[in-house]
Amino acid sequence: MPSALPIADPAPLNGLLPASVRNGVKHRNFGVYIHVPFCRVRCGYCDFNTYTSDELRGAKRQDYAGQAIAEIEQAAHVLSEAAVDERPVSTVFFGGGTPTLLPASDLAAMLSAVVVTWGLAPGAEVTTEANPDSVDLEYLLALKAAGFTRVSFGMQSAVPHVLATLERTHDPERIPLVVGWAREAGLQVSLDLIYGTPGESLENWRTSVEHALEQHPDHISAYALIVEDGTKLARQIRRGEVATPDDDLQADMYELVDARLSEAGYDWYEVSNWARRSPGLVGVESPASPAAEFRSRHNLAYWQGHDWWGIGPGAHSHVGGVRWWNVKHPAAYADRIAAGHSPAAGRETLDDETRRVERVLLKVRIREGLPTSELDAAGRTAVAGLIADGLVDPAAAFRGSVELTLRGRLLADAVVRRLLGD
Amino acid sequence: MSPRALTALEPAATDPAFIRNFCIIAHIDHGKSTLADRMLSITGVVSDRDMRAQYLDRMDIERERGITIKSQAVRMPWSLDTATGSVQAGTYALNMIDTPGHVDFTYEVSRSLAACEGAILLVDAAQGIEAQTLANLYLALDNDLTIIPVLNKIDLPAADPDKYTKEIVGLLGCDPDDILRVSGKTGVGVPELLDRATQLIPAPVGDPNAAARAMIFDSVYDSYRGVITYVRMIDGALKPREKIMMMSTKSAHEVLEIGVSSPEPTPTKGLGVGEVGYLITGVKDVRLSKVGDTVTSFAKPATVALKGYSEPMPMVFSGLYPIDGSDYPVLREALDKLKLSDAALVYEPETSVALGFGFRCGFLGLLHLEIVTERLEREFGLDLIATAPSVIYEVTTDDKKTVTVTNPSEFPGGKIASVSEPVVKASILTPKDYVGTVMELCQGRRGTMLGMEYVGEDRVELHYTMPLGEIVFDFFDQLKGRTAGYASLDYEPTGDQEADLVKVDILLQGEAVDAFSAIVHRDKAYAYGLLMTERLKKLIPRQQFEVPIQAAIGARIIARESISAMRKDVLAKCYGGDITRKRKLLEKQKEGKKRMKMVGRVEVPQEAFIAALSGDVETKKEKK
Repeated sequence: MPSALPIADPAPLNGLLPASVRNGVKHRNFGVYIHVPFCRVRCGYCDFNTYTSDELRGAKRQDYAGQAIAEIEQAAHVLSEAAVDERPVSTVFFGGGTPTLLPASDLAAMLSAVVVTWGLAPGAEVTTEANPDSVDLEYLLALKAAGFTRVSFGMQSAVPHVLATLERTHDPERIPLVVGWAREAGLQVSLDLIYGTPGESLENWRTSVEHALEQHPDHISAYALIVEDGTKLARQIRRGEVATPDDDLQADMYELVDARLSEAGYDWYEVSNWARRSPGLVGVESPASPAAEFRSRHNLAYWQGHDWWGIGPGAHSHVGGVRWWNVKHPAAYADRIAAGHSPAAGRETLDDETRRVERVLLKVRIREGLPTSELDAAGRTAVAGLIADGLVDPAAAFRGSVELTLRGRLLADAVVRRLLGD
Repeated sequence: MSPRALTALEPAATDPAFIRNFCIIAHIDHGKSTLADRMLSITGVVSDRDMRAQYLDRMDIERERGITIKSQAVRMPWSLDTATGSVQAGTYALNMIDTPGHVDFTYEVSRSLAACEGAILLVDAAQGIEAQTLANLYLALDNDLTIIPVLNKIDLPAADPDKYTKEIVGLLGCDPDDILRVSGKTGVGVPELLDRATQLIPAPVGDPNAAARAMIFDSVYDSYRGVITYVRMIDGALKPREKIMMMSTKSAHEVLEIGVSSPEPTPTKGLGVGEVGYLITGVKDVRLSKVGDTVTSFAKPATVALKGYSEPMPMVFSGLYPIDGSDYPVLREALDKLKLSDAALVYEPETSVALGFGFRCGFLGLLHLEIVTERLEREFGLDLIATAPSVIYEVTTDDKKTVTVTNPSEFPGGKIASVSEPVVKASILTPKDYVGTVMELCQGRRGTMLGMEYVGEDRVELHYTMPLGEIVFDFFDQLKGRTAGYASLDYEPTGDQEADLVKVDILLQGEAVDAFSAIVHRDKAYAYGLLMTERLKKLIPRQQFEVPIQAAIGARIIARESISAMRKDVLAKCYGGDITRKRKLLEKQKEGKKRMKMVGRVEVPQEAFIAALSGDVETKKEKK
């Protein structure tokens, strides 16, 4: 049994980290996540930490880049004090919110602060999420010039009534345009899709998947819609205005997208993420080098337990077994930064057993799987049952790795519980 | 109208000619408590200042909590101004004896009646007589009690005293003018009622010089004083500090206190012939002071006990399990405590694959079961599951072995030669419009009609013999439901009969779930199997594999459902690196798992067992 979840400790005002974070630092990459907590409108299903201009309580978008850069400077100090600052940055990811609501020059300035502070590793991956509404060729060219390598568009669906239920405002016709511009700018392209929206049929979903494939993206994420507490969608479902997403239909949709993408030359590398197998297969010249990696290495870093610093309101960080998270509201965040204090709201220092539980929980979800050496005796016994139930690949298990089958991916949480001996 | 008695008579020295012992026979909401309140205040034993509504009921609650003595019998002074016939003018002691009011306690009722010479038949003038009242009235008539019929609540606008007068006349063959009309609420007619009781009820008769004999008509446990034994003196006298003996067990105790309730317990110098009062001996368990037993003097014991004593016989059995398994020791302790005040409760430890550790408990009837479980939950803070109630079956196998079965799990496998089940005589009183509905229900429960008769103009009493096993399985709820609540039920055991009974098992993925096994008539086995498999299909969440649910008699499958395998159990998102959230979610899922019981590999939520056993699946709206 893993220990109970630790009560989060208060985070120190100076943000300093314990010496223990240095242990094993050579085996961990370092990434930076920059959160941009702004949206023009809030979509009904979204519970991310983001704010429309009405909700900012005096915080200003135009001040944001400066505040983020100030936190980068704090981070430089903290990591240097902990003597874990010698690593160049492997991945940078701008997420939101809608990062592209800020001028390209703001994104460039924040990226530049990262580069100046720690330097970029060779072949570093630099991604921003983008709303198809809010970018044009000029914007994308500016990103490329600033050092971005990759853009991830929130396409979600190609079917108007599905987009309407999700309250996405973009015109599906715009997807080919923005993808074309990103190609022209020399950026890798990822498309985000959502399936299982109330009212979405299997045929609707097939249409969206086909539309996405027609764009020949380098990477596709497909997330099952989750009805989060406190969202407008949850209220609509509670009032009976909208149907609850059906698990079986979502399972059908997952199987459909996996089959279709695999056929079209994409491999899954994490439960919800697929990347192009190699350049050339989908008939489009890759802008990146032939050896390019199309998986999102930043995304993988979360599942592989690497280090990253999350900049911005509500952002989560992990460095060497210490996790912390920033205050959520942009105004509170601005106050902390202005006072020269760490914006962290809470932190926890993980013990060995909790770290093991996390490794099981996270690594099972990726294609490389979980080394069976991470399991305790009960967990190793459970593997046999999981193979018998068709959830874990027998050949991989024989090699000492727990790797999920297609059915296993759909039941990944149940697999984790069984591996942790519940 | 009689004046209030100015001085009460001295207990232990009262001439039996001036004692009147009576009880009130009434249905539960026909106003017995309010009438008793009025009597207490009119006779002056409770001053107007101290009077509050339902004075005696207050003690009911106290008794449940085991803190104070309940007044099981109240002694009230009353004066007659003028002599009538052999009844002299003067001050009398009226003892009003409480009778337990429901179907499971017929034996206790019969003992209360045996302590009286008269009974007030109290009938709500707006509702008429009910089956239970009728049953108790017959018991009173069997005991040769003088019946004083009274219509209560005549102040109500809905009262129809003329109609119900006819009903009572039809039952008792009395003169309509003999039926008093009172209002317990306003007090109208109550003094006249007390006069009538004094004039008509015979004085108790006994031999003051014989060896002492007192009949126990109630016995309650008080956590401070131990057992309080309520007695009616028949012969001789009992005094404080005297050594007494219980004639059934020959156990001897010293009387620490003896007295009367009026209505608070008041110690006296003793109790003489015909008197009603209480004894305290310091005994801690009501089993040592059993209702119906005879108390005599240890030094000069009587040779013949009073007749009518019998051991309480549990008729209905059910397994009680704590919902939280760690409450098992609390349940054990609670039952040990309840036993002190409930001589009829029996129990022994039992283990269920599905429900864990619990107790097999025996009850006098369904209401007794309900009272005990409610007390366990309310007084001891327990959350309990009760398995479907069962009765006692005698099962004879082909090799001539007979097994007594109170739990379906004890039902022998292999060839069965015969099964015998208890049978009761049931009386159902219903408005005549519902006769058809009630007959249909009884027929469906393997009832055999014995007869029916009109009670008044528009009500009918139906007589059936019926297997007790059919009555314990939600018969009462069905009866109430189908008659808009009007029908009432009474039953008494009449023996056993052989019947074609089988055990139906419910299997999850091939494994029998003991809590759901039931002994039912072969003709109903299929319906039961279907009901339970459908219920469970709705209640058990999908698993990572398909789960067949089957109903079986022995190896033969009679019904089948299946729960398809769960296909999706994964959270797609990573929540922007919020791994803490993912871990918390895992902890929560594991916490949820703890509330699951494993049946083989199938995880069954505790709530599913409760819902399947209580049957509230069909009535609840489907979720989602």
